[in-house]
Amino acid sequence: MPAVQETIDQVKAIDVDQYKYGFVTDIESERGAKGLSEETVRFLSAKKGEPEWMTEWRLDALRRFNTMEEPDWARVSYPKIDFDELYYWASPKSVEGPKSLDEVDPELLATYEKLGIPLREQEILAGVEPKNRIAVDAVFDSVSVVTTFKKELAAAGVIFCSISEAIKEHPELVKKYLGSVVPVTDNYYATLNSAVFSDGSFVYIPEGVRCPMELSTYFRINEQNTGQFERTLIIAEKGSYVSYLEGCTAPQRDENQLHAAVVELVALDDAEIKYSTVQNWFPGDSEGKGGIYNFVTKRGDCRGKNSKISWTQVETGSAITWKYPSCILRGDNSVGEFYSIAVSNGYQQIDSGTKMIHLGKNTSSRIISKGISAGKSSNTYRGLVSAHRKASNARNFTQCDSLLIGQDCGAHTVPYIESKNASAVFEHEATTSKISDDQMFYCLQRGLDEEGAVALIVNGFVKDVIQQLPMEFAVEAQKLISISLEGSVG
Amino acid sequence: MTAPTQISHTQAESDLLARFDTAKGDLSGSTAVSDLRVAAAEQIKTKGLPHRRVEEYKYTDLRAYMKSAAPLAPKASAAEAKALADAENAYGELERFRIVVANGTYLAEVSDLEALAAEGVTVTDFAAALDQDTAADLLATPPSAGTDGVLALNTAFVQGGVVITVKEGADVSRPVELVHVSTAEGAIVTRNRINVAKGAKLKMLESFAGTTGTGETNVVFDYKIADNAEFATTRLVVGATEGARLLTTLATIGADAIFKILGFMAGPAFARNQQFVAFEGENSEAKLYGVSMARDRCLADQTLIIDHAVPHCNSREYFKTVLDDEARGVYQGRINVAQHAQKSDGEMMTQALLLSEGPEMANKPELEIFADDVLCAHGATSGQIDEDLLFYLRARGIPEAEARTLLVLAFLSEAIEEFEEEYVTDFLEQRVRDWLAGK
Repeated sequence: MPAVQETIDQVKAIDVDQYKYGFVTDIESERGAKGLSEETVRFLSAKKGEPEWMTEWRLDALRRFNTMEEPDWARVSYPKIDFDELYYWASPKSVEGPKSLDEVDPELLATYEKLGIPLREQEILAGVEPKNRIAVDAVFDSVSVVTTFKKELAAAGVIFCSISEAIKEHPELVKKYLGSVVPVTDNYYATLNSAVFSDGSFVYIPEGVRCPMELSTYFRINEQNTGQFERTLIIAEKGSYVSYLEGCTAPQRDENQLHAAVVELVALDDAEIKYSTVQNWFPGDSEGKGGIYNFVTKRGDCRGKNSKISWTQVETGSAITWKYPSCILRGDNSVGEFYSIAVSNGYQQIDSGTKMIHLGKNTSSRIISKGISAGKSSNTYRGLVSAHRKASNARNFTQCDSLLIGQDCGAHTVPYIESKNASAVFEHEATTSKISDDQMFYCLQRGLDEEGAVALIVNGFVKDVIQQLPMEFAVEAQKLISISLEGSVG
Repeated sequence: MTAPTQISHTQAESDLLARFDTAKGDLSGSTAVSDLRVAAAEQIKTKGLPHRRVEEYKYTDLRAYMKSAAPLAPKASAAEAKALADAENAYGELERFRIVVANGTYLAEVSDLEALAAEGVTVTDFAAALDQDTAADLLATPPSAGTDGVLALNTAFVQGGVVITVKEGADVSRPVELVHVSTAEGAIVTRNRINVAKGAKLKMLESFAGTTGTGETNVVFDYKIADNAEFATTRLVVGATEGARLLTTLATIGADAIFKILGFMAGPAFARNQQFVAFEGENSEAKLYGVSMARDRCLADQTLIIDHAVPHCNSREYFKTVLDDEARGVYQGRINVAQHAQKSDGEMMTQALLLSEGPEMANKPELEIFADDVLCAHGATSGQIDEDLLFYLRARGIPEAEARTLLVLAFLSEAIEEFEEEYVTDFLEQRVRDWLAGK
């Protein structure tokens, strides 16, 4: 297995510093006023040139947010966030609407190059396999820097742009769908996001279109003391298909940074959305200092018959992860899937899982969750599977396995399984174990060193999920896992 | 997060607080015990009855269920209590010793004290023990139970119960039945301490007879299992009752010991069997089984937390639920493994069978693990009777009703037979048949 060899090499290649995306881009940038208030929201909205209805929508969310209390049920602990100490708007000065890539600050392009994100179409076109082209929407702090392949996508009828652009260009679509999956007051952080979201991606796939290439967004937090609040909305019309990838990194900083995103997916009749995430925010240093608070609300609505939404996530970064990508299986025969690998090391805290809400008839869902905890981290799977009265013949299969590496970490499983329909069949199984001595011995005896052996076993453990990722991501994900586990043996 | 403010009390909460004011003079206990009672009543006053916003009661809203709270049941006459216990005779022909607690008070005169003494078992009055200086220890709550509302209710109102002590090395020849009798309407609140000394062996049978009307039954069984001891108990909660049945197991298990319990519930309108079990010595084993059957609009809740606080212990939790009509079933289980509790082995399984379109089942099997060298697994399923299996049986000439009974029995027997206490197997299976036949 070449991939495994690659993993081992990767582990060897890394010396002390685990997080290779921790650099800061020195770029002139502009920030809004500090603090959360109506002025901040109005400033933000004006800055983006939004129509009146959008400003009102935000202000309404802010008013509701002010009446809400921070949830405390998740198994994570962190000092209280002072929302008045944050900046809600930060943007590189040069990107006030660049017309083409040439106008983008070379410093920014260099940043993305360093991150390995292809922003130049010609470079991508020159690639060996033209089939693996990816259109990228790059979000730097609060703004979308550039979106590639727009023309080609437009020819297919696909709209792929930043959400700010969509609010201006396609208000009817945004009005119809924004907040329809994750309501404004859904939860504390979603409400905050509704008030101050800065940018994000908008995707619209028209009826019957199979999106000609993978779409992707790359999030980067650069500025200090800023929160990133992005909003993604993907609509797949009848019979369409789209595969969407999301990646994220942030510089290494001492203080914690907040990232509160909302992702909404809508799949109509016979549509399919595949949403993959490789989350690699800065996890904090080995002392547990710094890192991103990743408080994300992701939800997909299988609104039409025979629709399908599939979430795949590889979570290796963030100091705290609080995220539950969910599927509302409203349409009859709709399918929801959730594949997750959550790796925690150092002082990371992960409380993640999914919700599968079965509303329609003959709906089915599948949850495969693999948690790996090492160091002094805590890793919790929290999931809900529910079948409502009318969800006849609903099916669910859940498997969540946890692997513990080291003595100071914790792995927890908190599943809620609620069945209100007799014909619903739910199966749930979970295991927690450590890498067995037998497995280690077997590998060592064949000449692998300890880290190589752990990498091999862990790769086997997460194989089910990795297989669900698009090919380019699978390789990256595999590398990430080996990086996160570096130093956990011995 | 928010400061405890005065809540607006429901009728039942006001009734309970009034009940406490009336009864507190009559309830036994040393000063320390009285303080605990007052603190518990204060908890009811500030927090109210447990409701669905309390995570542990998410699916079992006691506050909504209890419309009012009846006064505590009056003292029972021994003859009446005996007659009732004989008439209901929960464990049939099974040879056993019997201890009677009626309307919350221990009745020594109708309990088999002499025979038990000969076996090395002493039985004393819990109410009398509460008057002792060291009594506060008798009302201690394990950390895993936190500020449980049902336990608080028990502490505030506990009328009496028994302290059963099995002496070191004793092997009690017959099962000991502890029957809670209600001869009059009214709430019964009892607490029992069962001490099984080193190397002793005891099998118990727990049952409930008579009716409490709308009054709640709140019984705590506090087992102290010493090193090398073996203990098994069957808890039978059957028959239709309107008053809530709130049963709590507290157990601590010493080293090299075995603790087994089967909770069998069929009939009560609102039943919660909650168990807090903790290992205190290494190489011990705990096996918890549960069978819940509910129909109409009844609720059957099995909740447990098992604490692997020390290394090298095994625990098994197998729970089965059968639901019909509009009934609701709840299973909440959690295996805790402490950081140093290496080589812990825990296995939890909860399965539900829904017999018609109406019922609801909520399963919440949790694992909370801080040690790396452990083997823990849990599983949960819910579904209906497999039509293929039914067809198979019918094709072999078995009438549909009997075929269904067989399949339900087969489903439940995994818990009943795994319990491996043969003296109750046939008897419990008969109870299942009775329930299915609507008796």
